[in-house]
Amino acid sequence: MSRVKIPPVLRENVAGRREVSATGSTVAEVLADLFAQHPALRDRVTEDGELSRFINVYVNDRDVRYRDGLDTPVGGDDTVILLPAMAGGAG
Amino acid sequence: MSVKQVSVAEALALAAEGRRVIDVREPSEWAEGHIPGATLLPLAEVPSRIGELVPDPSTPLLLHCLSGARSSRAAVRLEALGYSDIVNMAGHIGDWRRLGGAWEAPQQLLSDAQARRYSRQVLIPEIGQAGQRKLLDAKVLLIGAGGLGSPAAFYLASSGVGTIGLVDDDLVDESNLQRQILHTADRVGMPKTESARLSLNALNPETRVVEHRERLSADNVERLIAGYDVVVDGTDNFETRYILNDAALKLRKPVVHGSIYRWDGQVTTFVPFEGPCYRCMYPTQPPPELAPACSVAGVLGVLPGIVGLFQANEVFKLLLGVGETLAGRLVMFDAMSTSFDEVRIWRDPACPACGEGARLVAEPAAASST
Repeated sequence: MSRVKIPPVLRENVAGRREVSATGSTVAEVLADLFAQHPALRDRVTEDGELSRFINVYVNDRDVRYRDGLDTPVGGDDTVILLPAMAGGAG
Repeated sequence: MSVKQVSVAEALALAAEGRRVIDVREPSEWAEGHIPGATLLPLAEVPSRIGELVPDPSTPLLLHCLSGARSSRAAVRLEALGYSDIVNMAGHIGDWRRLGGAWEAPQQLLSDAQARRYSRQVLIPEIGQAGQRKLLDAKVLLIGAGGLGSPAAFYLASSGVGTIGLVDDDLVDESNLQRQILHTADRVGMPKTESARLSLNALNPETRVVEHRERLSADNVERLIAGYDVVVDGTDNFETRYILNDAALKLRKPVVHGSIYRWDGQVTTFVPFEGPCYRCMYPTQPPPELAPACSVAGVLGVLPGIVGLFQANEVFKLLLGVGETLAGRLVMFDAMSTSFDEVRIWRDPACPACGEGARLVAEPAAASST
């Protein structure tokens, strides 16, 4: 069971939680389990089955774009971080 | 045997021959300037320290002070201690300088007032007087005199960063006061840059605050950032962040990035062509529903305070050239749990702004091999 950190803008899709658990040995499997538990997340995180260009996915501190993408292995002690850009500042 | 007295002109010749010069003035006089290579030995310390400084009593010595009076007395004492080859310069040190004698004037890095004002950080080994001088000579541009810019500007000013530029075309609004601590209730309706200048100069009258009452755009960005050493990005929208990123790469300006949303903040530092840039991290602008502004989403007042000070901390390291910046690292702060996450961000070889292929801005030839 891996921990998945949910960014603020996606929390409304997981009942406001900041962190959820999901099972799987790759990023694809973890995301599939995550979407099974929280169906509303699917369209926010993926586009046509691929990771959305607007969201970075990290396994621990590593961006999966620089590893094996959706095939990147995920261990039970690993933390998956979903990270969309934030813009807020001066306003 | 009496001590040999010589004129200043003769003393110059003796020093040029290699005779060891002993300056018997006080340390405070020495600090204002002295003969290079001379040894400081205040008159009162002659008996107690000469053995340590000049162990061989046959060493040829040339003594001087301001006018030749104190050094004459020192010579008598040295002679009594067994020193056998002593010459006293019976003349004013001002003549030494007038006749072209070598002189080492200290670099006055800080004024007395500055040394007092910044004493607590000058004490830090990594800063010192030289580091403080760097801060006083530094120019930092803050994009946005709002939530992130407020705490950053206050500490940059209080710490003696010499020039602080502020880019903002907004007026102070009542809803800003909950977090934008540069502004005050009696200044609602005033341009934010003006309000910021009043606050910063009240804290530190020495700070030069430059108001840029305009909104950052593709048309003005290069003009705005060109004269500054570091840019602090506290903007509130993606478009501006991309515009700033591309111009900063072109002009090789480091950008300290901060962003906030309700209880969450992010901070990193972009150092052009050394680490990743904003487009490496977020290649494409997200749709508006993924990136609501504070005015829509809300923000905890203390959050920009925390994130803005992380940005200021990055600025100090960049200006002083010490420590490790957040280049290549994104730190995420969660105020609700008071916890941090950190992820690596990489320079993307395919980045449209700083990558190896087609570029928005040309990379310098010197950096192309790295």
